Amino acid sequence: MSANRFNGFTDYGIGIGLRAPHYDHILTRKPVVDWFEIISENFMIDGGRPLHILDQILEQYKLVQHGVSMYFGSAEKLNREHLRRLKALVQRTKTPWLSDHLCWGSVDGRYTHDLLPMPYTFEAARITAQKVREVQDFLEIPIAVENVSSYAEYHDSEMTEWEFLNEVVERADCGILLDVNNIYVSSQNHSFNPFDYVNSVPAHRVAQIHIAGHSKYRKYILDTHDHPVIDPVWKLYERAIQRAGHTATLLEWDDSIPSFQEVHDEALKANKFLRATALAEAV
Amino acid sequence: MKLMQLQRTMARAVMQPLTSSERMQRRAPDGGPMKRYASRFIKPNDRLTSFERLEIYNRQYWFRVLAALGEDFPGLRVVLGQRRFDAMAQAYLIANPSRSFTLRNLGSSMESWLRKNPKWAGTNQNLALDIVRLEWADIEAFDGMAEPALRPEDLSRASGPGLKVSLQPYVRLLSFRYPVDDLLLEVRKEDDDTDIASNTFAEHRKRKRVRAVAKLKPAPIFLAVHRIDYSVYFRRLDQEEFAILTALRQGKTLSAAVVSAFRKSTVAPEERPAKVQTWFQTWSTLGWFCRPEKKRTVR
Repeated sequence: MSANRFNGFTDYGIGIGLRAPHYDHILTRKPVVDWFEIISENFMIDGGRPLHILDQILEQYKLVQHGVSMYFGSAEKLNREHLRRLKALVQRTKTPWLSDHLCWGSVDGRYTHDLLPMPYTFEAARITAQKVREVQDFLEIPIAVENVSSYAEYHDSEMTEWEFLNEVVERADCGILLDVNNIYVSSQNHSFNPFDYVNSVPAHRVAQIHIAGHSKYRKYILDTHDHPVIDPVWKLYERAIQRAGHTATLLEWDDSIPSFQEVHDEALKANKFLRATALAEAV
Repeated sequence: MKLMQLQRTMARAVMQPLTSSERMQRRAPDGGPMKRYASRFIKPNDRLTSFERLEIYNRQYWFRVLAALGEDFPGLRVVLGQRRFDAMAQAYLIANPSRSFTLRNLGSSMESWLRKNPKWAGTNQNLALDIVRLEWADIEAFDGMAEPALRPEDLSRASGPGLKVSLQPYVRLLSFRYPVDDLLLEVRKEDDDTDIASNTFAEHRKRKRVRAVAKLKPAPIFLAVHRIDYSVYFRRLDQEEFAILTALRQGKTLSAAVVSAFRKSTVAPEERPAKVQTWFQTWSTLGWFCRPEKKRTVR
């Protein structure tokens, strides 16, 4: 089930986010890594060192693009300059699929540079799905939308977050980047059972899975990507791959970034669950 | 509430400045109490009020954009001092919220905004403007476009009075009233040192830096901000050298650029050919020349 039309029928294994502190290690030591995920916006530039590094990485590794500012859920129109630059990068990287978040972050042309939560309404689902379709048509590659961590809920919401996710992906006919850490964070912040979420996701649409660490405060949890993955998140991951199969998995570590080896070792812990699932499927 | 209305309502609160203790303001953008404003669209839960939930996003927004601006303008921070820089940054971001999908462009209006709002430029506006221009040029040189460079032999083969060459789009040419290149290099060196220094040592360094800025005397310089092997460098230029390069960027022919550059020069006529030859050798070795392209624009 892992290779599907939402990830370009690829069967990628376990990857990590490509981050600047690891560039030297990767280019000089050439470690064996299944694939890297890049933040698209970091490379949507005209030239210079970032693109030079990217080209070197592309010579040796598989790479997938992940965006942070498409804002499918913003009520305003898509930013054409953003799309034009993104398409140029897609042509450069040949990413088999592209992901961005199920959120909003800009209004009236002003950007918050944050992943703001959606109101779970039918109007929002319709607008969001329409924009996902437009991006998919323009870029001509599969799109996967990622569930975000959130710290607020709206009075206007008419459904649960997972019902909203399903509504959007069915309307847009797109894939899902299932972030099990984000599900855990939101479940703690909004008091729901995270397994209800994982169990309700249309498994055949899962293109990729994200795992990450977070920071716990007295009254809420923040999605900080600066810690190892905790056991409850691994349990959600286990359930997710039981349902979706051997799915491309990526560890995000964006702050207080440790050595390459430490990050990669943390990501490779996913193997335990992937093997168990493969065994169960074989039996 | 319609989606657009909800997003406008939330964005206004999220982008409203924090209090001096870095909390969300009690007063909402509509003038009423923020508690009431937040509770109109955000649900409370068993641990957090609507106000507190909205405040998480309000704080995240400001921490993020202020940090981004601080990273882009470390030299301006030193020139203004931390407290004045923070106040300036907030005023700048209120007037110039990000209109780009990337934080890379957040400081793009800093120079023009400071010119129009000199009260935020500190006691020495010329120095503040100089350092801002250099720091923005540094960003543009870092990720600016590069065209295939003309090699020295390409240049030597080409000849004639009408010959035109273009400068690489990533090369930035600037004239300054202060030697801000030295200042910025010093700031960066000290920032690197501070990462590994004790607090006492860092404080000592900070005081030293403040004194260094205060002592900085005007001294006109001409500079090229450019790249070698994908790293940005500052190269001091002679006035005539700067004039030739500027003329070439404006699309003048090689011969017209040279003639205009030396029009008011104090360089002895017999020394000029050798100087020009050396400069061209250097520029072409650095890969600054490329073929002219009619439609290319430099950002």
